[in-house]
Amino acid sequence: MSQIRPLFKREFLGYFRSPVAYVFLIAFLLISVSLAFSRYGNFFKAGTASLETYFLFFPWLFMFIVPAVGMRLWSEEKRSGTVELLFTLPVTTLEAVLGKFLAGWAFLTLAVLLSFPMALTVAFLGDPDWGIIASTYLGAILMAGAYLGVCALTSALTKNQVISFVLSLAACAMLVFLGLSSFTTTLESFLPVGIADVVSNFSFVTHFDAFTKGIIDPKNVAFFLSLIGFTLFLNVVALER
Amino acid sequence: MIEVKGLVKTYGNKRAVDGITFTVKRGEILGFLGPNGAGKSTTMKMITGFIRPDAGTAIVGGIDVAVDPVGVKRQLGYLPESAPAYPEMTVEEFLRFIAEIRGFRATGEKRARVEHVLRLTHLTSVRTQTIETLSKGYKQRVGFAQALIHNPPALVLDEPTDGLDPNQKNEVRTLIRSMAAEKAVILSTHILEEVEAICTRVIIIASGRIVADETPSALRARQPGARLDEIFRTLTT
Repeated sequence: MSQIRPLFKREFLGYFRSPVAYVFLIAFLLISVSLAFSRYGNFFKAGTASLETYFLFFPWLFMFIVPAVGMRLWSEEKRSGTVELLFTLPVTTLEAVLGKFLAGWAFLTLAVLLSFPMALTVAFLGDPDWGIIASTYLGAILMAGAYLGVCALTSALTKNQVISFVLSLAACAMLVFLGLSSFTTTLESFLPVGIADVVSNFSFVTHFDAFTKGIIDPKNVAFFLSLIGFTLFLNVVALER
Repeated sequence: MIEVKGLVKTYGNKRAVDGITFTVKRGEILGFLGPNGAGKSTTMKMITGFIRPDAGTAIVGGIDVAVDPVGVKRQLGYLPESAPAYPEMTVEEFLRFIAEIRGFRATGEKRARVEHVLRLTHLTSVRTQTIETLSKGYKQRVGFAQALIHNPPALVLDEPTDGLDPNQKNEVRTLIRSMAAEKAVILSTHILEEVEAICTRVIIIASGRIVADETPSALRARQPGARLDEIFRTLTT
């Protein structure tokens, strides 16, 4: 497991060795902030000192933006042939998967935390509940990890980054849409209510919502963590195939 | 040092490697020859533990690659075909990463290793350049440096002189010869003169099978007076 450190370091710094990191961070902050201030977010009209309208869009934003981080994880290695180098170094598949995933997750965490000036703005304008803000950040970071797990897996399936991006996007979209009421209603029309309930329980939106209300439910934490664990397991299987 | 036992690999309904067996001792430089698609690279990938054989195994320094692949990888230096490396890293950053993953974590030791291979492969002048800006010859040397950083007892080199100019080829051959005394080396090539220049033994494979396993002079003695490429053609067609 000590091999994870150099892998993590290389992957994490790798984002900053190319313009990818800067383009990503700027785009992410610009889009997320402008969505909050847009007429859909109503940041000011809401009239409350909270970040609820800011984080409202995160499940949707992540749907596009996490595949952009995740698509290169394995596809890039496969395309450029460095995967052969990586797997003839003394590392196990699990170590490589963990090193890469944790680096991507750390990068996404950095992106999420860089939105902190929004929290300061709210604090300047009013008196926000810091507990809720903290739990929302925790939720966003956990959700980013779950999205990344899915994207890392799809990235391991192909050496084409475009295919990887589209697959990730489709998988992430599914996980978001499952929670929409219109979607659940459609499901209920041909599935027993019990099963439709279970399926819609897989949605990221429902699990994330609780965090934005200040509730850290172990069930929701367990959901994101087990989804990460499961996708990473499949990731190892996909690479060892 | 390197023992290959009955390796078999099938892709779809094509048998790429069909029961290859040989051993390489310390001090030997084995030239691995064959037409394109004969199974040279596939065999090397199985020895280095990158792909799993359908049957047979390879034993490096007493460790079976099927049982302990990471143990084998620790003992091997491997230069894959076309020397892949992370293009956005500088030569120095890349070699430091390899040194760390090869277990040289202490700063002093890591620096010493990197400096040593930089000098050995004449990369000092481009050490701060990113790998994507390097010419083919320099990239190949980076691949070489990466394979040598832990001074491995066994070296597997897939077309180490491919794409190099005559001077660079000569340099790489000198380097290989200078290290060969205490190492077991396998190198693949399709340059016949290279085999005569540095190899102590030749294996020729065609369609996944060994068709010749002897010294370069014995190979030449098969058809006295004929050119090596004629002998090669007779054996592989």
